[in-house]
Amino acid sequence: MAKATSKLATESIKLENHDPEKIKARLLAKYPPKVARKRAKQIVVNKVDRDGKVPVISSNVRTVPGLIGQRGCCYAGCKGVVLGPTRDIINITHGPIGCGYYSWLTRRNQTDPDKAANGQASDGHNFMTYCFSTDMQDEEIIFGGEKKLKQAIQEAYDNFKPKAIAVFSTCPVGLIGDDVHAVCREMKAKLGINVFGFSCEGYKGVSQSAGHHIANNGIFTHVVGLDDTITAGKYRINLLGEYNIGGDAFEIERLFERCGITLVSSYSGNSSIDAFANSHTADLNLIMCHRSINYVAEMMETKYGVPWIKVNFIGAAATAKSLRKIAQYFDEEELTAQVEAVIADELPAVTAACEEIRPRTVGKRAMLFVGGSRAHHYQELFGELGIKTLSAGYEFGHRDDYEGRRVLPDIKVDADSRNIEELEIQPDPERFHPRIDEAKRKTLEAEGLGFSDYEGMMPEMPDGSMVIDDLSQYETDELIRIFKPDLFCAGIKEKYAVQKHGIPLKQLHSYDYGGPYAGFKGAINFYKEIDRMVNSRVWEYMQAPWEASPELSATYAWE
Amino acid sequence: MLLRHTPTEIKERSALTVNPAKTCQPIGAMYAALGVHGCLPHSHGSQGCYAYHRSALTRHFKEPVVAATSAFTEGASVFGGQANLVQAIDNIFTVYNPEVIAVHTTCLSETIGDDVPQIVAKAKADGKVPEGKYVFHANTPSYVGSHVTGFANMTKAMVEYFAEANGLKSKTINLIPGYVEPADMAEIRRLATVMGITTIMFPDTAKVLNGPLTGKYKMFPEGGVTINELQKCGSSAGTVALGRIASMPAARALDAKCKVPCQILDLPIGLTATDAFVDTLRQTAGVSVPDAINLERGQLVDTISDWHQYLYGKRVAIVGDPDQVLALTRFLVGLDMRPVHIITGSPSGKKYEKSLRDAVARVPDAVNIRVPGDMLLFHQWLKNNPVDLIIGNTYAKYIAKDEDIPLVRYGFPIYDRMGHSYFSTMGYRGALRLMEKILDAILDRKDRDADDITMELVM
Repeated sequence: MAKATSKLATESIKLENHDPEKIKARLLAKYPPKVARKRAKQIVVNKVDRDGKVPVISSNVRTVPGLIGQRGCCYAGCKGVVLGPTRDIINITHGPIGCGYYSWLTRRNQTDPDKAANGQASDGHNFMTYCFSTDMQDEEIIFGGEKKLKQAIQEAYDNFKPKAIAVFSTCPVGLIGDDVHAVCREMKAKLGINVFGFSCEGYKGVSQSAGHHIANNGIFTHVVGLDDTITAGKYRINLLGEYNIGGDAFEIERLFERCGITLVSSYSGNSSIDAFANSHTADLNLIMCHRSINYVAEMMETKYGVPWIKVNFIGAAATAKSLRKIAQYFDEEELTAQVEAVIADELPAVTAACEEIRPRTVGKRAMLFVGGSRAHHYQELFGELGIKTLSAGYEFGHRDDYEGRRVLPDIKVDADSRNIEELEIQPDPERFHPRIDEAKRKTLEAEGLGFSDYEGMMPEMPDGSMVIDDLSQYETDELIRIFKPDLFCAGIKEKYAVQKHGIPLKQLHSYDYGGPYAGFKGAINFYKEIDRMVNSRVWEYMQAPWEASPELSATYAWE
Repeated sequence: MLLRHTPTEIKERSALTVNPAKTCQPIGAMYAALGVHGCLPHSHGSQGCYAYHRSALTRHFKEPVVAATSAFTEGASVFGGQANLVQAIDNIFTVYNPEVIAVHTTCLSETIGDDVPQIVAKAKADGKVPEGKYVFHANTPSYVGSHVTGFANMTKAMVEYFAEANGLKSKTINLIPGYVEPADMAEIRRLATVMGITTIMFPDTAKVLNGPLTGKYKMFPEGGVTINELQKCGSSAGTVALGRIASMPAARALDAKCKVPCQILDLPIGLTATDAFVDTLRQTAGVSVPDAINLERGQLVDTISDWHQYLYGKRVAIVGDPDQVLALTRFLVGLDMRPVHIITGSPSGKKYEKSLRDAVARVPDAVNIRVPGDMLLFHQWLKNNPVDLIIGNTYAKYIAKDEDIPLVRYGFPIYDRMGHSYFSTMGYRGALRLMEKILDAILDRKDRDADDITMELVM
């Protein structure tokens, strides 16, 4: 097995004989002075201290108007990312038609409505293929949209008889002052089903990230804890921040099943609202995407005593490591043995695939600018293929995602973040019970199992690599011109501009409609896909023969 | 089942739209603006808007779709977006240097009442708009109309901002192609060019959203109508506008502003609509129709006669944008097919609805028409009265799969198949392609369903 990117790498990478500080200066040179000053704090040359400390990177700050970046909005983070993958809630977008339309089936969250999680009977509900909207018109903008929203909820109920309805506010809703929460309370009482709202207007916060937080708050307030049934199964866990893009969650579920680990709920890939309601009964929370879901984990620990650990199922070595962490936590011989058996059984195929492909990928160079965790996680898989990450950054990450949670106390809360509610959570008087005692926790920590901790992306990147937050179109083009990387990772908006440069772009939001890439089978899929992309013949065709040798030296065929 | 909860029983809904057959104005404005050469569309709203529009257009065209945003935060939403837009204009010209910025509004900036011309004037006064560069705008509130309205408004803004009458009428004919594919725009222009007519077409996304891969990325590709052409269109001999909903506002505005007479036609989808287009061009420009076009027309008529037996009497459900739906319905009725369920999501007016009803007057079946309607109702109609063929965008594939009905993808968006941006469905040649697609769908199904005894080699 090829070794993944080494933890706390101290070996510095040579940026292909470029001075990273000079490149930074080049990226900034064209900007107006004010913009350059702001961006200078978001473009950082990595340097990892002996104790794992890295330079400060400005992040989760406002995008500069006109600069052209990758980010979306608060609504996209709330409705699109976190609640989108839950199949059995009718998600009504309250607003003009666009927001609901664009978030309709475009995120590839797979779900299996006919196989219920956790051995419970399935009701087969799946509303993810539908788009529900109040399609707000100008009369509602003028006179208010509450009446229409109420009627829309009624019509959703009359036509579909769902278990739950959620309402998502778009920009004008907040501006005209519709009280979606009051409408939801009223309709909840009237219909006798769970109805709850999210004030996730697009202008809130500085990116999708605000919407994640609002979604976390809403699920925690309105759903978590509604069902105290302790379902069957040993080693009961929740998987948080895994959205089942391209079937990633299915592959992870497969591994859990093989190991004998019971998945109580998933936030929120392949999820159901019933599982959320019950999720506080689990004994451990695993966090995949720290950015989008750490709030639920924190709140669940405070209120119910469920601890959380950071995992990563992207990359074969990372997957094995994450499974071992779970076994380490539960500390039972049976589980440890089973986890080792599964790893031993699964790894040979991965190793064989990697060994076969690696000679064709080793030494290639990648750049990753995506999301709030994927730019970090996917460096694992690239490391396994011998691909160097020259530069990386998040679209909507915060400092803790870059530098690690150790910097949390130092993060200044600005006006944009202050507008996002922080819930005051207290231990539940009856239901709080710490899953492990303090002594055990200390022991496990001493053995290297980090609770409530995420070390961040930068400590795992080599010195000298460039870390860039909220990358702009201009910086993208410049980086490509300077480095001509072999592969660029971003999203759909960036894909074709990068490919016009003759550089393949792997979408790490939608996976270019492939996947799964998580777990062991996913690693194999990813190796094959990257092999296909970086070795595709198409990149040889860009120049016509007459452009390569324009001189007129042809001879007649009969000469 | 993909749409497993769709009830067969139809209950009237007044507040809830389910599976919309339209989206919001700004995306249409963005698409239209991309048809201006050297233009950077700019979304005056929160950054989710432009992210969604760019994503949707990119999924459809598989091409770079570059646009900028004012990136409203909560503060800007309270205090107004002036500072954001002025800063954006400064940054755009400094960093990306387009010829022109096309600002469109969003539900956010419309609700708070931002005055874009006033903000742009401020940017100019502050020296943020370099000499020889332009900023123009359209109001495109997302809570009025649809993406087609947004396209129409941005196209109209091109006229309002740039068209000038110099007092002399040129022989040039203006073409306003409507919310159609880059390939359609190229085909519409080709027909006029073959007839020896000099044209100004706006917008024109050909070579912008179907550009080549050369290894050199150009943020502002070769295609698009130039500002100079837009200025000159006010002196053209006439305007032919295709599609009442998408193109009429611009054509009328040009007539009012510069006294350029306009003719509003159906989109040239199918034989008779193309006949009307060609004949109008002939009369407006005072030219005769060359043999090359007569040949194309004759080939289409020949093909209709060759394949009529497989089209005759087939029941079709159509969902799409209003101009396309109307022209397509007329074409199918002309092929003796039977459009029986017809929906457009865009509010298009009583007159439009009447045209649609007139178009199906001689269809013997009961015909369902809803303007505006959504795809849940469309699906329910299909469940109650099945059809032989569905014509609609990519979202219709969920219905087609569930109900096991052949689908021809047509319109916007098409996220899952190639071809639409390269092969036109307009004009006589486009009609051939459209027939090929329809016949392939029908005959593939016939082959699939044929048993071993009745399988036909020749059709």
